[in-house]
Amino acid sequence: MRKVLGNPTGNDGRLTVEAQFSVSNGFTILFGPSGAGKTTILDCVAGLRKPDSGHIAVDGTVLFDSEQRVSIPTRHRNVGYLFQTLALFPHMTVRQNIEYGLAQRDESERQARSSEIAESFGIAALLDRRPGRISGGERQRVALARALVTRPKALLLDEPMSALDRSTKSKILDDLRKWNESRAVPILYVTHEREEMYALGDRVLVLEAGKIVADATPHLVLSRPQRESVAQLAGFENIFDCSLVAAHPDQGTMTCRIGQSEVTLEVPLTRVATEKPIWVGVRAGDILLASSPPHDLSARNVIAGTIRSLRRQDVTIIAEVDCGASFTVHLTPSARQSLNLETGKPVWLVIKTYSCHILQ
Amino acid sequence: MSLEALLLTLRLAVLVSLILMAIGLPLGYWLASSRWRWKFMVEAIVALPIVLPPTVLGYYVLVAIGPLSPVGRWYHKLTGSSLAFTFRGLVVGSVLYSLPFAVQPIAAAFSSVDRNLLNASATLGASPWRTFWQIVFPLGLPGVLTGFVLSLAHTLGEFGVVLMIGGNIPGATQTISIWIYDQVQALNYGAANRMAALLLVVCSVILTVLYGLRRTRKWGVWGWQ
Repeated sequence: MRKVLGNPTGNDGRLTVEAQFSVSNGFTILFGPSGAGKTTILDCVAGLRKPDSGHIAVDGTVLFDSEQRVSIPTRHRNVGYLFQTLALFPHMTVRQNIEYGLAQRDESERQARSSEIAESFGIAALLDRRPGRISGGERQRVALARALVTRPKALLLDEPMSALDRSTKSKILDDLRKWNESRAVPILYVTHEREEMYALGDRVLVLEAGKIVADATPHLVLSRPQRESVAQLAGFENIFDCSLVAAHPDQGTMTCRIGQSEVTLEVPLTRVATEKPIWVGVRAGDILLASSPPHDLSARNVIAGTIRSLRRQDVTIIAEVDCGASFTVHLTPSARQSLNLETGKPVWLVIKTYSCHILQ
Repeated sequence: MSLEALLLTLRLAVLVSLILMAIGLPLGYWLASSRWRWKFMVEAIVALPIVLPPTVLGYYVLVAIGPLSPVGRWYHKLTGSSLAFTFRGLVVGSVLYSLPFAVQPIAAAFSSVDRNLLNASATLGASPWRTFWQIVFPLGLPGVLTGFVLSLAHTLGEFGVVLMIGGNIPGATQTISIWIYDQVQALNYGAANRMAALLLVVCSVILTVLYGLRRTRKWGVWGWQ
C-alpha cells in the first residue's frame, strides 16, 4: 500500500503522511508517538479519509488508486475497524450492535452469526443490554465482535486496549489471536504499549512524523532503536541481547550473559526457550552509580566499569558507562557533583534483579 | 371565542410543523455535517426570521407570491388561483417564519452525535441513508421533537406575517391572534381576554412539557444508560 497525503494538523502546519508497505496475514503493529500519522493510515485504508495520491489494495481488490481514479466508498470496502473510542451505538442493545453489519443477511443467519461470535467472545449473557450498562472490558469485546462478525477482509485496530487493565487485555488479545488463526486476514494494530507489541507483533512498523522509520520484529525495533523517540516509547534505554547461563528456580532468578561480553546479569526467572536469545531491558533511571565498590547490598548486580561520556539534557545527566557492555545511566546534576564524576573515572553500577525486564 | 379561528390556527400550526420537519431534517443534517466553506451564509439566512420584523418578512413574501411576481404567475398557471390572501399562502409564509425554530434544534442535536458512530456505521457497510435513520435520527430525536414543538408553538402565536399575507378573512386566514386584535379594536375586551388566556395557557403547557422532558435523562442525547 502506498499513499501520500497532506493533513493539516491544527496550528502546527501540515503533516505529510507518506507510507509504503505491504502486509501479510496476521498482526502488523503500527508503533509511534501520537501525531505520527498512525490513525491517518488506518482511516485511509478504511476510506474515512482520502489520500491525495497513492494506491491501496486489500486481497487483490483495489480500494483506492489516484491514477486510475478509483476510490471505493467505505461501506463497500469490507474492512473491519475497531475505533479507539469503540463507537458502540448507545441506543442499541449489544445484539443490535453486533448485527448492525449483517443487515443484508436474512434473520436466521444474522441470529446464528451473532450468537456464535458472542459465544466465542464471552458476551452471550449481555446480548440484551445496552453498551452503557456493561463494563469497559465487555464493551471492548462487543466492539471487537461487531467488527469481526461481518468477516472483514482486513482488520484495523486503533489502540483498542488502551483503557483496559492488564489481565482483561491479555484475555481479549488471546481471543483475537484465536479468531485470526481460523480467519487469517491482515490486521493493522496501532499501539504505543510495548506489552501489546510483544504479545502480538510479528512485525512492527515504526512511524514518526508521517514516515515509516523502522520495519522489523518488535525485538529488533526496540533493541536497536534508530531514533531516540522509539527507545523512549519502549521505555528502556538499555536493551541487551543475552544468553542464558544458569537458572535458579529456588531463588526465582536466572543468570544471563550480555552478548559476547563477560558481563552477567541476575534477572527474574522467566520461562524462556534456552536456544533463543533473551532480551533484557533496563531503564537508565533504575541504575545506581557508586564511585567506590559498594558493600552489603540487597541488589544482586554490581558491575564495575568506566565512564565513557557524560552529557546533560535538561536536568538529566546521561552517562555512558563501559563495563564490557555499554550501559546508559541517568542521574541528577547534584549526584554527579557529589560523586565528582568525570569521563574515564571508574564506577560501579548497581542494578536490582527486578529492574531487569525480560522482553521475550 | 371563535372556534373557527381556533381550529384554523391549529390546522395551520400542525401543517406548518409537519412541513418544517420535512425541510428541517435534511437541512439540519446538512448543516450538521457539511464542511462547505460558505455554510455560514446558509446558517445566517435560516436564522434571519428570528430578528426580522414579521411585517418585513410578510411584505416580501406577499410581493413574492403576488400575481405580479414570477412565483405568483407560475402558481396561477399551475392551479388557476392565487396564493396571496389564502390559507395556502399563509402556510408558505409561516413555514419561512418558523424555519429557524425547527432547523436550529435539529442541527444542534445532529451535530452532537459522535462522528465516530457515523464512521463505524460506514465501516459496517451501512449506506448514508441507513446511517441517518438508524443512528443520527434516533440519537438526535430529542432535538427533532424540540424543533417540532417550538415551530408548533411559534406558529400558533404569529401575527405580523399572517396579517401581511393572509389579511383577515374569517375561515380562510383569520387566526387566533388576528381575531384577538379584531376584538380589541372593537373594544370587545371580554372575548379578547378569554382567547388570549387560552393561547397563553396552551403555549405555557407546551413549553413546560418540552423543557420538562429535556431535563429527564431519557431524552438527553447521551442518556441511553
